[in-house]
Amino acid sequence: MFEVNKVRQDFPLLKKAGESSKPLIYLDNAATTLKPQSVIDAVTRYYTDYSVNIHRGDYDLSYQVSDYYEKTRKTVASFIQADVNEVVFTAGASASLNLVAYGYGEKYIQENDVILSTESEHASSILPWFRVASQKKASIEYVPLTEDGQITIENFKHAMHAKVKVVVIAHISNVLGYVVPIKELTEIAHSFGAIVIVDGAQSVPHIQTRVKDWDIDFLAFSAHKMYGPTGVGVLYGKYQLLDSIEPYYLGGGSNARFDRCGNITLKNPPYKFEAGTPAIEAVLGLKAAIEYIESIGFDAIEKVEHELRTYLINHLKEFKHIKLYNPDATSGIVTLNAIGIPSQDAAIYLNSKGIMVRAGNHCAKILLDVLKTPDTIRISLSFYNTKEECDAIIEALREITLEKCIDLIF
Amino acid sequence: MSDLMKDPLILRQIIMDHYEYPRNHHLTEDEHYHKAHMASESCIDDITVMAKIEDNIVKDVCFDGVACTISTASTSIMTELLIGKTVEEAEAIVKEYYKMIELLPFDEEVLQEAIAFHQVGKQANRIKCATIGFKAIEECIKEHKHE
Ligand SMILES: Cc1ncc(COP(=O)(O)O)c(C=O)c1O
Repeated sequence: MFEVNKVRQDFPLLKKAGESSKPLIYLDNAATTLKPQSVIDAVTRYYTDYSVNIHRGDYDLSYQVSDYYEKTRKTVASFIQADVNEVVFTAGASASLNLVAYGYGEKYIQENDVILSTESEHASSILPWFRVASQKKASIEYVPLTEDGQITIENFKHAMHAKVKVVVIAHISNVLGYVVPIKELTEIAHSFGAIVIVDGAQSVPHIQTRVKDWDIDFLAFSAHKMYGPTGVGVLYGKYQLLDSIEPYYLGGGSNARFDRCGNITLKNPPYKFEAGTPAIEAVLGLKAAIEYIESIGFDAIEKVEHELRTYLINHLKEFKHIKLYNPDATSGIVTLNAIGIPSQDAAIYLNSKGIMVRAGNHCAKILLDVLKTPDTIRISLSFYNTKEECDAIIEALREITLEKCIDLIF
Repeated sequence: MSDLMKDPLILRQIIMDHYEYPRNHHLTEDEHYHKAHMASESCIDDITVMAKIEDNIVKDVCFDGVACTISTASTSIMTELLIGKTVEEAEAIVKEYYKMIELLPFDEEVLQEAIAFHQVGKQANRIKCATIGFKAIEECIKEHKHE
C-alpha cells in the first residue's frame, strides 16, 4: 500500500521540509530527482567501508567491492529485462548516447545514409548524430509531429524508408512528456533494416522498461533522474551490437592485452567500454536506487504520478490565463505558460513561493517551431509529490500576474 | 534617496511600460552598426543589441530578441539613455549602472529611469537579466574603439 507521507520520510530533503515552516516544493523531477536515505547511505558506505578500487588487487576489500559493483550490473539487467553482459556503466545518459553515436556511427554510417529522429529530442541525443552526419555526409530527418507535438505510428511509418539506418528517439520527451509507442515503432524500423536507439532518460524512472520485449537495440539513461547519484548512467545494447562497435575511449580496464607495436586486444562487452576508474560509489548508489524503486513498484509509481498529473491538469485547464501545451500526455510532465508572462519571470515568481520548476527551452531547441513559443514552464512530478503541493502551484498560478513578478525585485 | 525611488508602484510602472512597449525594438541591416549577441544557457535571454557610433557620438542603439521582463525593460531603458551621448558619457552611464547593481552609492541623475532596478542587486538570480543589455552595449563600444 503506497503512503506518500511514509515515502517522504525516506527523503532527507523532504523530511526536513516537512519539519520547516519554509515551503520546499520540488517539481523539477525531470531535471533530476531527490535522493532517498538508502541511496545516500550506499554512496557513503563505499567511502567509509570500502574505499578501494575495483577489478584490481588481490586483497579482500577490492574483491568485495568488485563483487558489489558487478551485482549492480545484475540488478540493472533485471530492472530493464536485459542480460547482464549487455549493461555498460557510463557517466550518464549523455555519455551513453555519445558512446553509441560514435561507435555505431563510425562503423556503420555511410554517405547518403539517413538518421531519423524527432524535433522533440534532447540535445544529448541528437547533437552526437549531427556530428556523425557531417563527418559521414549522411543526413538527419525528422518524423513530423502532430499539431500537439506527438509522434504517431502513422507519422513514423511515413517517415521510414530504406535509407534510414538509425532511429534515435526518446521514449518520453523531456519537453512534452508523451510516451512514444516504442515497441510498435521498433518493429516498423526493423522491417526497414534500421536499428533503434532509445533515450530512456525520462522513461526508465517512471515506467517499466522491457528492452527484450520491445526489441530495441540500444537504451540510454541516467541514475540521477531515478533517485540515484549523479555521475553514472547506463548504456544497454544488444550483445552482438555492443560486440561489433568500438569504444569511445580506451585505457586501463578495457583492454585485455596490448603490445609495443600498438596491437590492442579489447575485452568483451561490457568491459571494453569501461576504461578507467569509474564512479564506483555512484554505481553502488544506483543499485540502492533501483532497489528503492522496486520496493515501491511501477504499478504504484505510474498510478500516483498519473493521479497527480490529472489533478493538476483538471485545475489548470480552468484558468484562462494559463496555456497548457500537453494536456493529453500521460507522464508526469506538464508544460505550460502564463500568457503574457515570460517563463523565466513566472518560474522566479513560483520560486518566491518555494516552488521549483524549470523555465526555458529544455535543451530541445528545435521544438520551438511546434510549440510556437521560445520557452515554457515545465512541471515534472514524482511519486513523492502530493496533492497539497499541486494545490500550492495551482494557487500560485491562479494569482500570478506580470506586476507580481516584477514586484519581486523591489 | 529620491522619493521616486521609494515608490515601487512608480518603478514597476516604468518596467511594465518598457517591457510592454520596448523602445528601439528592432534590428537593422545597416553595416555601419556594431552588433553584440548575448545568449545565456541558464535562462531564456537571447538578445542582440546594435549601435551606430560616429564622430564619437552614439547615434543610435536598437535591440531585439527573446527575453524576460527585466532584461527587456533594462535594455530598452539603456537604449534611450545612451542615444545621443558621447562615447565617454555612455561609458560613464554604464559604469554608474553597474555601481547601482552592485548596491554601491550611485548618481541618480545620470541613470534616470534605470533607477527602477536599484534593488535588483539583492536578487542574485536576476542580476544577469538586468545587465545583459549593458554588457551588449559595452561590447559594441569596445568594437568601435578597436576600429
Ligand atoms: C530526454 C533526455 N535525454 C538525455 C538527457 C541527458 O541526461 P544527463 O544530463 O543525465 O546526461 C536528459 C536530461 O535532461 C533528458 O531529459
